[in-house]
Amino acid sequence: MLVVEGPNGCGKTSLLRILTGLRMADGGEILWRGDPIDRLAGDYYEQVTYVGHHDGVKHELSCLENLRLARAMGMPSMADLDDVLEQVNLYAYGETEVGSLSAGQKRRLALARLLATDSMLWILDEPFTSLDKASMSMFASLFEQHLQRQGLIVMTSHHDISLPAQSVQHLQLGMQS
Amino acid sequence: MSQRLSLTQAFVFLLRRDLLLALRNRAEYAMPLLFFVLVITLFPLALGALPELLARIAPGIIWVAALLAAMLSLDSIFRSDFDDGSLEQILLSAHPVAVLVLAKVSAHWLVTGLPLLIVAPLLAEMLGMPAAAQPTLLLTILIGTPILSLIGAIGVALTVGLRKGGIILSLLVLPLYVPVLIFAASATENAAMGFEVSAQIYMLLAFLFLSISLSPWATAAALRMSAS
Repeated sequence: MLVVEGPNGCGKTSLLRILTGLRMADGGEILWRGDPIDRLAGDYYEQVTYVGHHDGVKHELSCLENLRLARAMGMPSMADLDDVLEQVNLYAYGETEVGSLSAGQKRRLALARLLATDSMLWILDEPFTSLDKASMSMFASLFEQHLQRQGLIVMTSHHDISLPAQSVQHLQLGMQS
Repeated sequence: MSQRLSLTQAFVFLLRRDLLLALRNRAEYAMPLLFFVLVITLFPLALGALPELLARIAPGIIWVAALLAAMLSLDSIFRSDFDDGSLEQILLSAHPVAVLVLAKVSAHWLVTGLPLLIVAPLLAEMLGMPAAAQPTLLLTILIGTPILSLIGAIGVALTVGLRKGGIILSLLVLPLYVPVLIFAASATENAAMGFEVSAQIYMLLAFLFLSISLSPWATAAALRMSAS
């Protein structure tokens, strides 16, 4: 797990978007297991789940419909979607239109994509925005499980996360040397 | 081991999702159709009691209105997806983006182009268009409106990242719409006068196949640029 840190505007989000291929790098290339990602295309993207600043959920659709869509677009995991919603404490809202949920609930639904799809690399941009303490520790333990399954996480966060120190590396951006 | 959906399944899934979204945003999607009907209804009122003139210019009126209605609806193809971040998720999908784009454009046509086809006979009758020309009118709308959606998608994809892209979008797309307008209106006019129309229809079909095969790729590339 790599945590990218640095002051506002130092390029954390840009770095993550370059890693996803959403943004072109000015120079250099991104390799996934030795191959450049623009050549791998779909073979790379089925291994990646990205949760950015925007939640990427449709407000007119229900929670379940949103997760089904996320599955259809990526690599579906074996987990039952009701179980996924239960894990992120949204079970009661399965059929509710997302537009009527709170910001924190939408964030939890966006992060539920991580469980609905079966991907190796999680790229997360400020995943804990609008989350309460209980949800933060719940997702921290999910991250830990993912790392134990040999998964990879690259994230930015201004929040302190309680994860075992040996599995976390830090990258400082925007520091004057 | 889990398996990702086949390409056809992903296509159908996204198409159904867009149709569902359109169903839940009915008012927004009814606008272009309402515009189409209103513009055409106003012409007889403005031109007065001149049935021959009206019948003569009916193909032009219907096609200009269809063109403007299509322009009006274009922004909705990618706007909301861009604003809420769903577009990023589509670009990061494991499936080829061009195919997903084609699904979105198909949904857009089913919601905005197909209704025009359905109300066109009524409006043609109202303008007094000769019965002989009506099948040709419907055929040109059937072939022409998908071209409008496909070409328009490229323009929207290029301008969706701009805050005030509306004007640039119309400047960008309208010139590309003109050939469709010319061939479609001329086919209908020829049919009204009892002439052969196959040349124009073949041209329209050529445009259609050209845009089906090229537009999704151009749109996908433009979306990547807009998202970065």
